[in-house]
Amino acid sequence: MSTTATRISLERRGVVKALVADRGNDLLAVSGIGSPCWDLAAAGDHPMNFYLNGAMGGAASIGLGLALAQPGKRVMVITGDGELLMNLGILATIGVAAPKNLSVVVLDNQVYLETGAQPTHTAHGVDLTAVAKACTIASAETIYEQGQLDAALPRIRRADGPIFVVIKILPDKAKLVLPPLEATYTKHRIREALTGRP
Amino acid sequence: MNSNGVADWRDQIYDVLRENDVHHVAHVPDGGHAKLIKHCEADKNMKTVTLTTEEEGVGMLVGSWLGGERGVLLIQSSGVGNCMNMLSAVKHGKFPLLMIVSMRGTWGEGMPWQVPMGQATREVLEAMGVIVYEADTAAAVRETVEAAAWLAFGSSVAVAVLLTQHLIGTKKFTTA
Repeated sequence: MSTTATRISLERRGVVKALVADRGNDLLAVSGIGSPCWDLAAAGDHPMNFYLNGAMGGAASIGLGLALAQPGKRVMVITGDGELLMNLGILATIGVAAPKNLSVVVLDNQVYLETGAQPTHTAHGVDLTAVAKACTIASAETIYEQGQLDAALPRIRRADGPIFVVIKILPDKAKLVLPPLEATYTKHRIREALTGRP
Repeated sequence: MNSNGVADWRDQIYDVLRENDVHHVAHVPDGGHAKLIKHCEADKNMKTVTLTTEEEGVGMLVGSWLGGERGVLLIQSSGVGNCMNMLSAVKHGKFPLLMIVSMRGTWGEGMPWQVPMGQATREVLEAMGVIVYEADTAAAVRETVEAAAWLAFGSSVAVAVLLTQHLIGTKKFTTA
């Protein structure tokens, strides 16, 4: 385990609730497979949520496409460490494409929670924030406690991006809250909210 | 235009993309697409993104469509293999997807490493529900890409146009 393990105190549901609090209609949220989808649903289903509960490794790619298509809205990707590790290359692509309205938030519990809590590479010291910085995403940081999260929230929601944040969270399972699972539904819903047509 | 006053097929693909409101171009660079990519990069109405791997482009264009806009994925046949699990999002969510694939590993290929994926390209695309068109001559390119764009965006399905090595020209490997 990393040397920071003893400092971790944040729990996932409270973090995600804070990330999307008072969102209005200017925030588009894309969640990666597994727990981040349940977390985003638990924070309150919303027409501008897209739950990617499959296609592991694709959440940040979808966020990039959405951010480029909707430059007037903030796009926040909320995903897990395992999901992002499946395609680290997207950080290089985001760094170079440099969309100002994109924030990528990694809920890093250092395990593959859905499959039995096997350790991910972040449990062995792999530093996703350092990877993001090396991929030219200048605004990148790791958050360990509530005070840091509170201070970072305005930046995650509004500052010029791309923004990359790793939030170290406890590896605990929260109650399952299912979002709508049909992407045909969430697709039409989000397009209608944005463009007035499905 | 060439010396006969006929537009180059690469220019025709660009024209079709413009005419069909394609504003997002995701690509992994390839010799077969080089001229088209240059056209797209020079177009201020198109956002062109270079990918590290083709699956990013599938995800990116899912995002473009969620955001109300159309895109195209320009890749080589070897990269089709990198797209497979991401195509599950396209198929499950009935997203439109327009892919233009420059072929290797088929007509007269002299690089054996290209053959396995090139020979499997159509089959694996079809296995994931992608409708496959093929353009084998310069004269067929414009209408094939146009029909693919209409089908993809009109009927919300995934369509790939394979640009054959007969069309593009087979890369030669000579050390002499």
